[in-house]
Amino acid sequence: MAKTPERGVKLQKNAPLKAYFSHHLRVFISSLGELTRRPIASMMTVTVIAIALTLPSGLYLLLHNVQQVSADWDSSAQMSLFLKDNVSQQAVTQLARRLKLRNDIESTQIITPDEALQDFIRISGFGDALHSLDKNPLPAVIVIQPIIDRHNPLQASQLLDEMKNLAEVDIAQLDLEWVKRLYRMLEIANRAVWIISLLLGIAVLLTVGNTIRLDIQNRKEEIIVTKLIGATNAFIRRPFLYTGLWYGLSGSILALVMTNIGLLLLDTPVQKLSALYNSNFELIGLSFDNSVFLIIASCLLSLGGSWLAVGRQLSKIEPS
Amino acid sequence: MIRFDNVSKQYPGGFEALLGVNYHLPRGQMAYLTGHSGAGKSTLLKLIAMIERPSRGQIFLDGVNLNQVGKHKIPYIRRNIGIIFQNHHLLNDRSVYQNVAMPLIIAGYRHQEVSKRVRAALDQVDLLNKEKAMPVTLSGGEQQRVGIARAIVHKPPLLLADEPTGNLDPELSKEIMHLFERFNQVGVSVLIASHDLNLIDEMGYPVISLDDGQLIRNDLSSRAAS
Repeated sequence: MAKTPERGVKLQKNAPLKAYFSHHLRVFISSLGELTRRPIASMMTVTVIAIALTLPSGLYLLLHNVQQVSADWDSSAQMSLFLKDNVSQQAVTQLARRLKLRNDIESTQIITPDEALQDFIRISGFGDALHSLDKNPLPAVIVIQPIIDRHNPLQASQLLDEMKNLAEVDIAQLDLEWVKRLYRMLEIANRAVWIISLLLGIAVLLTVGNTIRLDIQNRKEEIIVTKLIGATNAFIRRPFLYTGLWYGLSGSILALVMTNIGLLLLDTPVQKLSALYNSNFELIGLSFDNSVFLIIASCLLSLGGSWLAVGRQLSKIEPS
Repeated sequence: MIRFDNVSKQYPGGFEALLGVNYHLPRGQMAYLTGHSGAGKSTLLKLIAMIERPSRGQIFLDGVNLNQVGKHKIPYIRRNIGIIFQNHHLLNDRSVYQNVAMPLIIAGYRHQEVSKRVRAALDQVDLLNKEKAMPVTLSGGEQQRVGIARAIVHKPPLLLADEPTGNLDPELSKEIMHLFERFNQVGVSVLIASHDLNLIDEMGYPVISLDDGQLIRNDLSSRAAS
């Protein structure tokens, strides 16, 4: 037979770059087609991913909203000046007026001992016991609304010290402690949200990994045939990785939809509640950045999951 | 094209499938591989396709020592071999066209080139009118021809066939064998494992025969420059 050099064994042939990219594009599209071919199974996986992503995003939003509400509270922290017994009614009024002139105090409010007693009786229910007292034990109180720069909390304690040193003042108290406690609690909640997000992120990774693993097993025959006709591992891996990517992408988009539906459902009751507090508070949704982050994180997790599955499974499947 | 140098294959568990096999299939040669089942025919083909590795000895494929080919190079070796299986190994969820196109897509051919070559290959096996059909709708002989089209579509220098006519009646078998003959006539080296001795005699090509893993007949020279 005549020698035909063009029929010699070649060890490697590089595909043209354009064909390489068009192949990637085709695999990208066809792996989506593969998913739509078994819609129910795909939808279930996508929903599991979406729920696993909706939970942390919902918790994040809840926290974010609580922080937003409470952000106004530290500036509305009040200072209570309990005056000495011997300060006259007139001196109280003068002090209140004098304090109001300071530029770090927004407003002052006088609570006379009588008013305080009335309030106390009303709230505590110890009416009879208090009536039996022959003298009102409560001092006059001036409630100060300080102007607090949130970035300079020391300013508030300086003001507090000044107030303590006033001759008329017995005790000065800054009602900021509970705000600080709230912030500590929010910090803990914040950390909890991150831990939950981490765990559910791992759940996404494993869900996609397991789905891809089953997918690989179902297509074992096909993988063997393609290996026999010269497919590289990268070639065989590609559709599974793109499938994982599609799971991540569609899962995150569904999660965004679910989160926003949840927000819509909560919007009306929240409006009603905030109306009761005379507040014009608006529920904060996921920002554009948040949404992009969610999508990218989901895609990376799913890709990671499928990478793990493919790496473990493909080396096991060899023609024999 | 293929040279076996004292090749033995022992499977884990101690079974000796091949024992000191020597033969040389020159480039452009067509030959038959015979022997009863279990004689080592499949093992011999698997060694060429690098599905298995020899325990001893060396195998050369067009001068390339397969012992020195790393795991990652195996796909590129296989792209030079068109393999035809007894049960054709077609992918049943893809059309005839898509099945035949696979080796080209794997090798990264351009889209236009793929469709041109697939049609040419289907034309050679006389199935041009079936390109959109699904493999399950075809007869056994047609499915085997799709398998052959897939094996030759990327114009490999070597065709290996493992019992390609095992499930076919004599008429169809002869047809398939003549098809191989046609590829051989344009320069393709062909090695066909078959136990259909009548047909092999009729075709009149060199035969190598295995029995219990040993070569008992070799119409090819056992030593020649590759």
